[in-house]
Amino acid sequence: MKPQEPTYFNKEARLAFWMLVPAFAVVLVFVIFPVIWNVWLSLKPVFLEDLGGLSLFEFNLTLENFRKVFCDQDFVPVLKTTLIYTVGGSLLSILLGFMAALLVHGQFPGRSLLRGLFISPYIAPVVAVTFTWSFILDPQLGVLNWLAVNGGLLAQPIPFFSQRWLELDIMGMRLPLPIALISVILFEGWRYFPFAFLFILARLQAIPDELYQAASVDGASPFQRFYHITLPHLATVLSTLFLFRFIWTINKFDDIFLLTRGQAGTKVMTIKVYDYAFGEFDIGASSAVAMVLFGILSLFIFIYFRWIVRE
Amino acid sequence: MSREYLETAIIRILRIAGLFFFVVIVAFPFYWMIVSSFKPLEELLLNPANLGLSFSSIDFGAYYEVLFEHGFIRYISNSVYVAIITVVISVSLATVGGYAVTRLRFRGRTFMSYSVLIVYMFPAIVLVIPLYVVFSRMGLRDSVHVLILVYLAQTLPVALYMLWSYFKSLPLEIEHAGLIDGCSRFGVIWRIVIPLSAPALASVALYTFMIAWNEFLFAFMFLDTPEKFTLSRGVVQLAGSVHLSKQLVMAASVLVTLPVLALFLLFERYLVRGLTTGGMKG
Repeated sequence: MKPQEPTYFNKEARLAFWMLVPAFAVVLVFVIFPVIWNVWLSLKPVFLEDLGGLSLFEFNLTLENFRKVFCDQDFVPVLKTTLIYTVGGSLLSILLGFMAALLVHGQFPGRSLLRGLFISPYIAPVVAVTFTWSFILDPQLGVLNWLAVNGGLLAQPIPFFSQRWLELDIMGMRLPLPIALISVILFEGWRYFPFAFLFILARLQAIPDELYQAASVDGASPFQRFYHITLPHLATVLSTLFLFRFIWTINKFDDIFLLTRGQAGTKVMTIKVYDYAFGEFDIGASSAVAMVLFGILSLFIFIYFRWIVRE
Repeated sequence: MSREYLETAIIRILRIAGLFFFVVIVAFPFYWMIVSSFKPLEELLLNPANLGLSFSSIDFGAYYEVLFEHGFIRYISNSVYVAIITVVISVSLATVGGYAVTRLRFRGRTFMSYSVLIVYMFPAIVLVIPLYVVFSRMGLRDSVHVLILVYLAQTLPVALYMLWSYFKSLPLEIEHAGLIDGCSRFGVIWRIVIPLSAPALASVALYTFMIAWNEFLFAFMFLDTPEKFTLSRGVVQLAGSVHLSKQLVMAASVLVTLPVLALFLLFERYLVRGLTTGGMKG
C-alpha cells in the first residue's frame, strides 16, 4: 500500500492553522493567560515586593484575599457606588444617544456635519476630554463656576469633582447630593452617548416609511406615531445597548481615575483593584477584587439573558 | 387636524432646542480646549470667564513649552510609532486569519469565530494586574514593544471579526478562477481579496489606530521611563507636574486629540463602521 497522501481537506486545515496561529497566540498570551493567572494570584498571598522571588509559583493557596476584600469596610459602599455609576451612566448615555438620534434623523442641511460632531466625544482620547472637563468645572479656574458665581447664580463655586456632598436648599428642605458621583455619571453620559446614538440612528433609518404614512392616514398624531411605531421598533436595540453599556461601564477605569482618582465618593471596583495593588501593594487582594467584579458581571449577564430578554 | 398641527409645532421647537443643547455640550469642551491653549497664563488666571479669543493675543507659548521643554516631540513620535506598527501588524494578521476562517474548512471553525468575540468582553483592568506582574518579573514591562503586543491582543479579535464578515460577502468565483490559474492561497489574498476589501481594511486600520493612539491604562501602568512615554501617558505626566498652568495641559490635549479627530473627519464613513462593530470597548 502507498503511504497516505495528505488529502485536500488536510492540506487546507494545516494552512488555516498556520494562518491563524499568530493572531491566536497573541490573544492567548495577552488575554486568556492573564485571566487564568489572575485566578491563581487571587488565591495567594502576593505583595508587590514579592514579584522577584520564587514565591509567585509556590503552591500556598488560601482564601485570605477574598476574606480581606469582603471584610474591608469599604466593600459595601464601593459596591453601591459601582452599581449606581454603572446603571446611571449606562442609562444616561442611552437616553442622550436616543435624543440625539431623534434630532439628527430625517433630511436637513448640515445633517452629516452634525452626525460627525456628535460622535467626537467618543473618538477623542480619554486623557484630553477628562482634563478639559476638569478644567471647565474647576472651582478656582473653571469657566463654568466663574460665570455662575459672577452671574449671581451661585453664592460660591462648586468643586464638582472633589466634593462628596452638596447641600441643596429647596425651600427650607435640605437635600444632600452626591455631587462628585453625579458629575462622573454626567461625564459618562457625555462621553459615551455617541455609541448609543450610532446604533439607534441606524435602527431609526431602517423603519419603513410606509408604516408612518399608513398611521398618518389612519389619523395617528406625531406623538402617537412615535409611541406606537418608533418605540416598539427600538425595543431590541435599546436592550442590547443596555447590555453592552453595562458591561463596558462596570469595567471602566480610565474615566473615574483621571477625573477624581476615586475620591469624594466615586470609588468603584476597578479603582479598588488599582488601590489594592498600588496603594497597599497587595497584588493578591487586587486580583481578588477583579474576580469579584468578574463574578458580578457574569451574574448580570446571566440575569439579563434569563429574565430581561425572553425570546 | 389641529392636534397634528400642534404636535408638529411642539416637535419643531423641541428639535431646535435639542439641537442647540447638543451642539453646545459637545462642541464647547473642544472649543474651550483650543481657546485656552492659545491664551497666556496671566490671561487664564485674571479672566477665566473670557469666552472669546482675539486674534492679536494668540499665544503659541504653551505649544512651544510643551513640545520642546516637556518632551512632547518625543511622545508624539512614540505614539506615532506604536500606533502605526500596531495597525500594520493587526491588519496583516487579521487579513490572513480572517481569510482562513472564511474560506478554509477546518475543525472548530465556528467555535473559533465566536470565541474571538467572547474574548473581547474581558475587561482591561482584569488583564492589567496579571500582565504587570509577569512583565515586571521578566524585566520587560517598561517597553513600547510589549505595549504594541497588548494593543494587538486588544484589537485583533474585533479586526478578525470585521474582516471575516466582510470576506464572506465577496464572490467566491473570482477566487476560484485565481486558484485554477495557479495562484497560491497567499497569491489569492494579495491579488484578489485585498484589492476587493479596501473599505473594510480601511475600517479596521482606523479602528486599530484609534485604540492604539488613545489607550491610557496600559501605557500608564507599563511605562516608567519618560523617553518611552506615549502621548496619553505624557499628558498625564504633564498634568501632574504643572498645577496652575492649565494652558500647557490644554495645548497637550489639543496635540493628542487633533490627529484622531482629523482622521475621523476625513474617513468618517469607515470609522463609523468600525465603531458599530467593535464599539471600542469604551
